[in-house]
Amino acid sequence: MTTENSVQNERKVKCLVWDLDNTLWNGVLLENDQLSLREGVTDIIKTLDNRGILQSVASKNDYNHAMAKIDDFGLRDYFLYPQINWNSKASSIAHIAKSINIGIDTLAFIDDQDFEREEVNFSHPQVLGIDAENLDNLLDLPEMNPSFITQDSSKRRLMYLSDIARQNVEKDFVGPKEEFLSTLNMVFTLSPAREEDLQRAEELTVRTHQLNTTGYTYSYEELDQFRQSDRHLLLIAELDDKYGTYGKIGITLIECDDDRWTIKLLLMSCRVMSRGVGTVMINHIRNEARKNGVRLQAELISNDRNRMMYMSYKFAHFKEKEKRGELLILENDLSRVQNFPEYLTVNLN
Amino acid sequence: MIPNEILEKTKSFMAQFINVNVADDEDIFASGLVNSLFAMQLVLFIEKEFSIKVENEDLDYDNFRTLNAIVGFIERKI
Repeated sequence: MTTENSVQNERKVKCLVWDLDNTLWNGVLLENDQLSLREGVTDIIKTLDNRGILQSVASKNDYNHAMAKIDDFGLRDYFLYPQINWNSKASSIAHIAKSINIGIDTLAFIDDQDFEREEVNFSHPQVLGIDAENLDNLLDLPEMNPSFITQDSSKRRLMYLSDIARQNVEKDFVGPKEEFLSTLNMVFTLSPAREEDLQRAEELTVRTHQLNTTGYTYSYEELDQFRQSDRHLLLIAELDDKYGTYGKIGITLIECDDDRWTIKLLLMSCRVMSRGVGTVMINHIRNEARKNGVRLQAELISNDRNRMMYMSYKFAHFKEKEKRGELLILENDLSRVQNFPEYLTVNLN
Repeated sequence: MIPNEILEKTKSFMAQFINVNVADDEDIFASGLVNSLFAMQLVLFIEKEFSIKVENEDLDYDNFRTLNAIVGFIERKI
C-alpha cells in the first residue's frame, strides 16, 4: 500500500493538447498555405488514443475553418473540446482541463512557438510543455507511457464522446435533476473483482484523487492477494446507460474481521460524479454488513479535493469515531435503512 | 433574514431536484426522495446562498433531514 504523495513523481499525462499551425500540420491556415499533416502525426494520435491518453486542440484560428481542415484530415473525433479561438492559450488549456474534469497538472501541450509555451507555462507551471520540434520522440516520453493499457483506457475517448452527448442533452433538459437521471436508464453493476479487472483497479487507484476516500494505492500483486483472500472484499463497479458504457468506474476494498468490516478504500471515477453511484456502493456495503451481523467502519484521509467523499460517508450515516493523525475512523449506524435510488437499476453479482 | 425567506429559498432549490411537494417536517432521505448526491449539492447551495461555511461537524444527517431542520441549521449559522 502506498499513499498518494509517493506516486506523484512518476507523472503521467492524461491529455495532450495540440497546436495546429506548424505543429499538427505544416503551414499556416490563415495564410492560405497548402497544408499537409506533419510526418507521423496520424500514427502518433492513434497510438496515444490507444494508450488512453485523451487529446485536444488549442489554436488561434477561426473555429469553423480550422475544424473543416481537421475533418479533411480525418481527425475530428480524436479531439475533445477543441479550443480554436483568439483567447490566450493559457485560458484555452484551463478550459479543456475543466471540461474534461481532470487536473491541469495532467495536461501536456505541444506547440512550435516558444512564446505560446511560455505563456501557458507562466499561468500553469504544472502543464508539460513540448516543443513541436520534438514530435518524433513524443511517443517515447515516459509521461506518455501509462503503466497499464487496459480495455477501459483504449475506449476512454469514446466514453468521453458519449459524455459530451449526455451533457448536451442534460443542458437542454427542463425539469428536476432526478427526473433527468431516470431518462438515462442507468444500470449499475457491482461484482467481486476478477483477475482481468486488476489492471483497471490499479489504474483507478492511481488516477483518481477527487472521489477517493483515502488515496491509498495498491500494486497489482497486492490487489491480486486481496481478491483471493477470504478476509477481504474487493468489488468493482461498472455503469452503463442508454448512451453507452462508462466502463469500470469504481472500486472498494473492505477488510473483513469476524465482528467488524472496515472500508479501506472507496473510489469513483470523476466521470460519474453527478450520477449518485458512490452512495449506491456505500448502501450495498451497509446492507451486506447488516446481513453478516458485523459492525461497519470506514477509513478516511481528508485532503483538499475529496470533501465529497467525507460528505458521502456522513450522509450515509457514518459518524466520526476516532482520529489517528491524518486518519479518520468512521463508524456506521446500520439501524438506519436507506433504499437504492429509483432512477437506476442495481445489479449485484 | 427571516426564517420564511430561508424556507422559500431552500424549497425552490429543492424543486430543481424533486418533483413532489415535501412537507416541512418530512424526512426527505428516509422517504427515498433524495440521495446523498443531492445532499452534497444542498450543502454547496447553502454555503453559497447564505454565505456560511458548513464545517465537518455540521455535516450531520440530523441537520439536513427535513426542511425544518435545514432552516433551523441555517438560522443558527448565519
